[in-house]
Amino acid sequence: MRGMSNTLEQLRLTVNGEPMSLVRGTTLAGLIAKLGLDTRKVAVERNLEIVPRSTYAQLVLEEADALEIVHFIGGG
Amino acid sequence: MDGAIHSDDAWTVAGRRFASRLIVGTGKYKDLPTTAAAIEASGTEMVTVAVRRVNLSDRNAPMLQDYVSPSRYTYLPNTAGCFTADEAVRTLRLAREAGGWNLVKLEVLGPPPTLYPDMAATLLAAEALIKDGFEVMVYCSDDPIAAKRLEEMGCVAIMPLGAPIGSGLGVQNPLMIRMIIENAKVPVLVDAGVGTAYDATFAMELGCDAVLVNSAIAMADDPVLMARAMKAGVEAGRLAYRAGRIPRRDAASASSPMTGLIR
Repeated sequence: MRGMSNTLEQLRLTVNGEPMSLVRGTTLAGLIAKLGLDTRKVAVERNLEIVPRSTYAQLVLEEADALEIVHFIGGG
Repeated sequence: MDGAIHSDDAWTVAGRRFASRLIVGTGKYKDLPTTAAAIEASGTEMVTVAVRRVNLSDRNAPMLQDYVSPSRYTYLPNTAGCFTADEAVRTLRLAREAGGWNLVKLEVLGPPPTLYPDMAATLLAAEALIKDGFEVMVYCSDDPIAAKRLEEMGCVAIMPLGAPIGSGLGVQNPLMIRMIIENAKVPVLVDAGVGTAYDATFAMELGCDAVLVNSAIAMADDPVLMARAMKAGVEAGRLAYRAGRIPRRDAASASSPMTGLIR
């Protein structure tokens, strides 16, 4: 039954085009910390909507969310 | 810093005042330390940057912001890689959230080998961005009619190309650049095609408010030295423009008096 409980506890979503599994209840702030990123240096779009930085800690990720996490790189 | 030159000759875009008339792109450098050193040497106060996905497989990769501080340099996020108005708006909304700035560089390009500004798409994107509260500095063709239309829509700076991006050919159409300058009430910058310091000088002598350079610095054998050259070139061109050059004439005119000669 382990597999089944895993399925229930896991959340499947897409981050920068790549599939990812997270524990249900993970917040956006939690994901960013898990990824080792500095919230002050990134911006996040969730299902085509900008997520204000001030709400990362409250935002609980949902099944099938599509996230884009971007930052600034060199460009002309 | 040669404050004496700059202090009386700043330029303003969207209410922000800049002493340096050189904007530097941060792309194409061999590494971030070189980027930082060249930008420092250029004396610039504004740098263009791109917005891209964070690389999830290399989380410890150094970040541009660690080398080029956004608290020291005004970041001008661009829309490189966007081919539609929707993509440009989406990209710059992310940039605004990441950085908190409304001042952006819009560029919507056609395909290689020209990468020429796609003006139909650029006009649509400019309209959408302005409606969304952005202050748009727009890369555009050297078309005085399109440039005027962009200004009337509310773009805060008009940035025609001097030559194709990365070509290093210098200002190919000085007549049209000058016409755009004469017709504009907002700053006009030559944004692409500068190859060496002379090209930047030439653009400034035409009366541009500033010049944007990336490839010519980043791809030079010594980017830091070229950054210094561009700084000097821009300043020379600006001073020459302000000084007012002598008219061109088709005959010689002696520099020494012809009177008082010994006999």
